[in-house]
Amino acid sequence: MAKTPVRFTLNDAEAALFVDEGANLIDVLRRGAGDLSPKQGCAQGTCGACTVLIDGQPHLACLTLAETVEGRRIDTTGGLAGGPQLHPLQTAFMEEFAAQCGFCTSGMLMAAKALLDRQPSPSRDEVAEAISGNLCRCTGYEPIIDAVMRASQRMRGAA
Amino acid sequence: MTSIEFRKDLFADERDDTLKEIGQPTIRQDILGHVTGRTPYYDDHLFDGLLHMRAVRSPHHHARIRSIDTREAERMPGVRRVATARDVPNNLNTLLSLINFGKDDEPLCAHDKVRYKGETVAWVIADTERLAREAVAQVRVDYEVLPHVLDPEEALKPGAPVVNEVYPNNSFDYHERYDHQKLRFGDVNAAFARADHIVEAEYQMSPIEQAPIETCGAIAAPEQNDRYVCYTNTQALFFSLGTTAKLLDIPSSRLHFIGGTAGGGFGGKVDSIVEPTAVLGAILTGRPVRFAWDREEEMQVGAPRGAERWRLKDGVMADGRIVAREFTGFFDSGAYTRLSSYAIVKGTGHLPGPYFIPNVAANVYCCVTNRTPATAMRGFGITAVDFAIECQMDRVAEAVGMDPIELRILNAYRDGDMKAHRRKAKNTALIECCQVAAGKAQWPLSGEAMAQSSLTGGGTPERVAIPETVTDDEGRIGERRAGRTASTAPSRNGRGRVPSGQHGATIVAAPPQNPDMQIEADRIGHRMGSETPPSAMGPASGAAQPSAPYRPASQTGGSIVPPRPTPPPAAPPPAAPSVPPSAPPPASPSYGTQPPSAPPPAATPGAPHDAPYQRPAAPEPEPYRPDKPFSRGTRRPGSSPFLSGTRRR
Repeated sequence: MAKTPVRFTLNDAEAALFVDEGANLIDVLRRGAGDLSPKQGCAQGTCGACTVLIDGQPHLACLTLAETVEGRRIDTTGGLAGGPQLHPLQTAFMEEFAAQCGFCTSGMLMAAKALLDRQPSPSRDEVAEAISGNLCRCTGYEPIIDAVMRASQRMRGAA
Repeated sequence: MTSIEFRKDLFADERDDTLKEIGQPTIRQDILGHVTGRTPYYDDHLFDGLLHMRAVRSPHHHARIRSIDTREAERMPGVRRVATARDVPNNLNTLLSLINFGKDDEPLCAHDKVRYKGETVAWVIADTERLAREAVAQVRVDYEVLPHVLDPEEALKPGAPVVNEVYPNNSFDYHERYDHQKLRFGDVNAAFARADHIVEAEYQMSPIEQAPIETCGAIAAPEQNDRYVCYTNTQALFFSLGTTAKLLDIPSSRLHFIGGTAGGGFGGKVDSIVEPTAVLGAILTGRPVRFAWDREEEMQVGAPRGAERWRLKDGVMADGRIVAREFTGFFDSGAYTRLSSYAIVKGTGHLPGPYFIPNVAANVYCCVTNRTPATAMRGFGITAVDFAIECQMDRVAEAVGMDPIELRILNAYRDGDMKAHRRKAKNTALIECCQVAAGKAQWPLSGEAMAQSSLTGGGTPERVAIPETVTDDEGRIGERRAGRTASTAPSRNGRGRVPSGQHGATIVAAPPQNPDMQIEADRIGHRMGSETPPSAMGPASGAAQPSAPYRPASQTGGSIVPPRPTPPPAAPPPAAPSVPPSAPPPASPSYGTQPPSAPPPAATPGAPHDAPYQRPAAPEPEPYRPDKPFSRGTRRPGSSPFLSGTRRR
């Protein structure tokens, strides 16, 4: 099977891989680059568990051809914390009990980060819209929205 | 609420009462892994040389497999192995066989016919998932489509297609005696006769998929010392281990199961299918193998909470007291039993809901249909009937012109009341719940209703008129108490044994049970006068021939169950109609004209069928042999398979 070389930035590090023709970004990130933080829930663009940021914009890694990220920047939950220092979103998710099984969490965090990067003081409706592509089956969405609101307040306070 | 007594008596020596967590923020112990993406789910274990396994699935609800042609798939690049039923050493199981409940009725891979849409017919193991999918599309299966039945009540009708030859009446056999689970408490018919109102209604609930965000999956790999490691997201790790050992016929000591982290489960990850499949793949290839359902499989093949249909009939006095309640329940088990048989036992024990009703009867059928098998999901067995009961309470309130909450308070059970399964109600709190809920909703209640309490008014002589079932320290029932072992043999006069209550000093004679408790020898284990052509009876029924004992051999030692009596020839139809009268009729009016011990001629195992097809050379299913190291659970005379040790009461 033909292989294509792909080079991109993954959470501040350079990644250079040979990927299978037609491979999805989720498989290349998880099995190729070894970043296991994006999860595959449906492989059909429905659940949002595989959400990653490509050049700051949320994308579904299960529907993204790996060859298309050549030269671009990819951020995942695995790179959200700065060393031991958790991102305010991570802290807020912990405090607000915004995860139960945890499988949707990394997609939720990426969708929320994209929102806060472009809109630091969102309304609850804006938060709900931002995570509307991400499904959660355990905790419900209210604690997740609470957590994003709390993180946004804390980030504005710190700024 | 000071009137609620928590079960402190049970846990007095186990905890200090410094409970202060409610209302306080807390941080989950595992949430740091979730928010950093480091929680290790089963699929986060990477293996070099990982192979991917995919299933070939039936597009039909019900079809005979004439032949399977895997040659094209085997020639495809990257395909390491194509496996079929013949690769599964012991290809017949039922989940609850590990606790000696029910008959083996489900293959890991279909070999003679498929019984639901999406059932596994073969597997492909390939280098990548994509290659596996492409090879799956090249497996040619020749099906002879059979008529199917998708509604549980339709499945009980005499002419319905036989879904699973292990249960040829399309219903689970309860207590080796009945084709449904019975509950009898008091005399509903006498109470209906004197009731002021009769309220009847039907309720049903659709199947509900658990739909976890992480689909079911497992990765298995050969380990040192001839063992296999299996990373899985099962919700029932040791069940999965035992089931894998049984299906693959290897000692459980050669299996190293690692679980504990599931990306959502809700009951949908207890069925132990992906684990034996992945381990089989690892055994066949000697390589790490991943077997995971995609989303479509999770929705189509993943076992949901089963559909249920309930008919309720209440006898109500003009003042709102419910004096009788009768249930007829149909539980759609799908093509295989899995946990549905148990769910019905649980659900029947729950009847008639949290109310004191002096006369209760129920007939609940575990129906086998050509739908996806049902399994656990969040209170399964209870949820649908509770929905029915509470809707029914509202209808009763309407019928007698009463406030629905006050009607519930009036009928609520209280401490000391006898419940329909003949245990005393304890720590009841429905009245207090109703009062608090009404207060929160600003729903006005009368002073009389607000003055009621669960602690008073219960356990009066008329509310314990039927005595509690007497059990010994191990939870054993009735005459088996104090070492007496009574025969549970079905009597020959057509009536089942009823507890006479003569052996305990505190027991008064139990009121007579309803006359429909006779043994239904004509309705269990075999089908009478089947209208299905004999050619539709597959050889898989060989393990379930009518005259064959179906209890596992491990239970024969000290067994208390005698051979099932053969019904007398030309016996009259059962003297009393089943209660409730809406229950389906016995399987056939031709009862007695065809001896039940005469199997259809074409059902002889291994007999060639007239159709010129080549059956895959799958091994005939053999009864589970008891000398396996994973055999657990002992069955003593008189002990319930569900109880071990001392039951605390």
